[in-house]
This record gives sequence, C-alpha cells and structure tokens, in this order.
Amino acid sequence: MSLSNLRAIAAIYKFELHRFRRTLLTGLLVPVITTTLYFVVFGGAIGSRMTEVDGIPYAAFIVPGLIMMAMFTESIFNASFGIYMPKFTGTIYELLSAPVSATETIIAYVGAAATKSLIIGTIIFLTAHLFVDVPVAHPLAMVGFMILIAVSFCLFGFILGIWAQSFEQLQVIPMLLIMPMTFLGGAFYSVQMLAEPWRTITLFNPIVYLISGFRWTFFGKGDVGIEFSLIFVAGMLTICLGIIGWMFRTGYRLKK
Amino acid sequence: MASIIEIEGLTKSYASGFKALNGVDLTIEEGEIFALLGPNGAGKTTMISIICGIARASSGSVKVAGHDIVRDYRGARAAIGLVPQELSTDQFERVIDTVTFSRGLFGKPRNPAHVEKILRDLSLWDKRNAKILELSGGMKRRVMIAKALSHEPRVLFLDEPTAGVDVELRRDMWKLIGQLRETGVTIILTTHYIEEAEEMADRVGVINRGELMLVEDKTALMKKLGKKTLTVVLAERLDAVPAELAEWQVTLKGDGQEIEYIFDTQAERTGVSSLLRRLGDLGIGYKDLNTAQSSLEDIFVALVHREKAA
Repeated sequence: MSLSNLRAIAAIYKFELHRFRRTLLTGLLVPVITTTLYFVVFGGAIGSRMTEVDGIPYAAFIVPGLIMMAMFTESIFNASFGIYMPKFTGTIYELLSAPVSATETIIAYVGAAATKSLIIGTIIFLTAHLFVDVPVAHPLAMVGFMILIAVSFCLFGFILGIWAQSFEQLQVIPMLLIMPMTFLGGAFYSVQMLAEPWRTITLFNPIVYLISGFRWTFFGKGDVGIEFSLIFVAGMLTICLGIIGWMFRTGYRLKK
Repeated sequence: MASIIEIEGLTKSYASGFKALNGVDLTIEEGEIFALLGPNGAGKTTMISIICGIARASSGSVKVAGHDIVRDYRGARAAIGLVPQELSTDQFERVIDTVTFSRGLFGKPRNPAHVEKILRDLSLWDKRNAKILELSGGMKRRVMIAKALSHEPRVLFLDEPTAGVDVELRRDMWKLIGQLRETGVTIILTTHYIEEAEEMADRVGVINRGELMLVEDKTALMKKLGKKTLTVVLAERLDAVPAELAEWQVTLKGDGQEIEYIFDTQAERTGVSSLLRRLGDLGIGYKDLNTAQSSLEDIFVALVHREKAA
C-alpha cells in the first residue's frame, strides 16, 4: 500500500464532492421523494393491512430496507460514474500520468462516492422519522454497517465504471441485477414469511444477508444471524478489492 | 547538457501483432525543444503515452529525470507535464478550479500565486471564473497547457499543440513555447506542421512505422539534407532548354520565362557560377535571380518516401 501523495487524494475527493454539489438539489431531492413515495405505497397502503412483521410495525420494518436500497443504488451509481466519466471525456489521461498510486486513486474515488452515499442514507433515515418512529437498537453498529455497505458497493461501482465501455453497460448491472436482487432480498418483507422452496432459494441472494444485518442494527433481530451478514460484507469487500487490484496491476480498460 | 529522458529499446506491440514502436532509442537533453515528426500512425503518440504512464511498453526502458517510469513512476511523472492531442477537459469546471486540481493531483501544495502567473501568461486570467464549456477551442487548448504547467514540470510534452487552432493562436503558442524554454523547461512536441518544428525545435526526430529514422540538430539536418533551388528569371522567353545546359539538368518553368536549377548546398561545387557563365556564353540574358532553401517538410517527405521505396 502506497500513500505518499495525500494531496492527490484530497484533490480528487474534493473534485468529486464538488460534482455532487453541482447537482445537489436533484441529488438530495430524488432520494427524499422516492422514500416518501415508498412510505405512501408500502407504509400507508400496504402497511394498513399488514400491521406488524416479527413484532415490528410494518412502516418501521421497511426503513432499513429502504436505506439499504438507496445506498446500494447511490453507491454503485456515484462510484461507477466517478471513474467512467474521465474515461468517457478523455480526462483520465491526467490521472494516469499523475504520480498517484492505485491505492490513492481508490481511496479518493471510493471515499468520495461513499461519502455521498452516506449523506443520502442519513437523509433517508431522517426522512423516515417524519413518517414513523424508528428505534435503533445498536446505533454504533448501524453507522458501522452503513459505512461498510457504502464502501463495499462503491468498490463494486468502481469496478463497473472501469469495466463499462458505454453508458448502457454502466446501467445494465444496477438495473438488471442489483435492483431485482434488492426487491427479492427482503427489503419489504421478512424472508421468514416466504414458503418453501422460495425461502431456501432466497437465501442464495447475498442482498438478503446485507439487509438482514442492517435490520438487526435497528431491531436487534434479522432474517439471518448478524455474523453471516458480516461475513458476506467482508467477503464482498475482499472480492472487490481483489478485482480492483488486478485491474490496476494489468491496466485493464485503463491503460492501452 | 545533461539528459532528461533516456529511452532504450522501447517496443510496443498489440495482441493483433501490430508493432506501434519497434526498438526506439532516444535521449533528450535538458532544456531543449525536441520536435518529433512523423505521419499518422507513425508511433509518436504511443511513445509519449508510454513515457507519461498512459500506455504500457512491451519491452525496453524509459527514464525521466533519472527515474525509471515503472519502478519509480512517482519521480518520473512528477517531472512531466502532458498536453494531449485531444481537447479533454472537465466542461463544467471553472478554469481556475481545474488548474488548481491538477496541481493537487501532482502532489504540490496550493500556490495561488503560481496558478495566477500561469493563467496570466496564457491570457486566461480574465477567464479564470468561466466554465470550460464557455471557452473557444483555442482557449481550451490553453487551459490544458495551464493544467500541464500547474505542477512546475521539468519536461513538457505537447502532442500536436496547434492542431485545429487558427494562425494567430498558433503564433501565440510558439511564442509561449519559446518563453517556456527560457525558464529551463524541456519541450517535446509532436506536430504535423513542419513549419512548427522548423520555427522552434533545436533537434528533430523523424519516426515512421514505429522506428526512429533519424535524430538530428535541426540546422545541421537542413544543411545536410537540404537542397537549394536557384530560379533564373529570363529576359526573354525560351521554348525549350538548350542542349548546352543538359549538364545542370535545369527545368523550364513559368511558361518558359524561368529556369530552375536544384543544387546541393553541401557539394564542393554547387554549379551556380558555371551555370550563370554558360547562360552568358549562350547569350541568354536574365533579369533576376533568387534562391530558396528546401523546407523541413521537403526533407521529411523525402525521408518517409525513401523508406517506403526501400
């Protein structure tokens, strides 16, 4: 690990956050409006017929899932866009020709994308409080879990941004893979509510473990044990770091 | 002069088998302006891309300011400023922000006075708060130069610096490059405009099909390979070249009003005085004489064609 150009990390980090500030209004309004709509549809319409899940009011039950869903999407989008845009506009030449290591590049881009994602996660958390009383059983664990999820999915997004060679490719994995997996990963229901064999099949979806772990930090219980959730997050972090390390070592889709 | 760039056996091959560079050896001296000439696809940009870290070499080694570009990439890259051929900018950023960003990216502490000086030198100070997308193509090119200079590099690569800019801006750019040289910055430029190399370069390298065909001092090169053309404006029109002038292989131009004689400036006898004497002997009067040196462009074309023929 080589970290001698801290000024480069600061420069990229500030540049990326500046890009976020330019689109601040839409960047913040969209998740707030989306969360509100989910509360109206799921919390209001469906929640009135399904009062409790595992002893938790339904409107409160969906809050961790909503936060996770937004954070998955935002993390992937921000990180992939952050590295894809310089490739698309050609300004990547400056990054590649600068005295910046792969570690510094990842810290800067992923750090900035994770910051944005955490801001949005926090806003959704606060917005949810306008609609429902949400207890947090393990506040420190909740913050830690949010950070881990933001970093893991930003790393995943970063990989996507390097891999993608068109805007369509940039969209295809979040839309066709992550979004359905999130909906089917227990964001709006408990896996325990499913009948067999769907319950067992669902357990092959890694998103289940992430949402369950985050829900545990709120209510002290989840669909699977917290230790399994942590193993999945650690696994995702390791795999993503391994892939990114390989991409920088070989110059995959970065260098000619 | 000490060398600032040392290239040894540089090769770049692609999976298709295409060799963009084939064993290039080159040393650039500190403080000089070196022009790299070559037709499209000759390997100019590939060579610059490898030195700057944008592309990987297949084999060979490159040192910049004594730092190996792979083992000690930080030292090498810190010494380099690059202005690529394409106008690649962050369109929504302000001029001053993007230049400040570049300085930080290269690990230099903030220095608003230095950034101001660069922007003033490049006539960008008045546009410092403008978004890049609001600027003309020429101004964008200046922004890219400002970014490349923001971290005070010792070597500046200019890949086709005046491609697509108007004549006035090109002249400004030449002036700027001259000023940069005075500050001790080594400049390596690739260009299609031979007059650019002729105007500014100390040394010229000609690359074709991935091979460096020659590296020469510009003046020496023009002397060595340069031909001169003597044009004799006749007092009276001729219908054909008299047989007595066959020895000089002159041609009739200007509707029979001019005789053109091409001679080698390096030859022991140029044949100019004997030709004029013979014209006098034949009673062919002339009212004007002028000579023209062949340009670097002529030399370049001749070299490339010679290689193609071989």
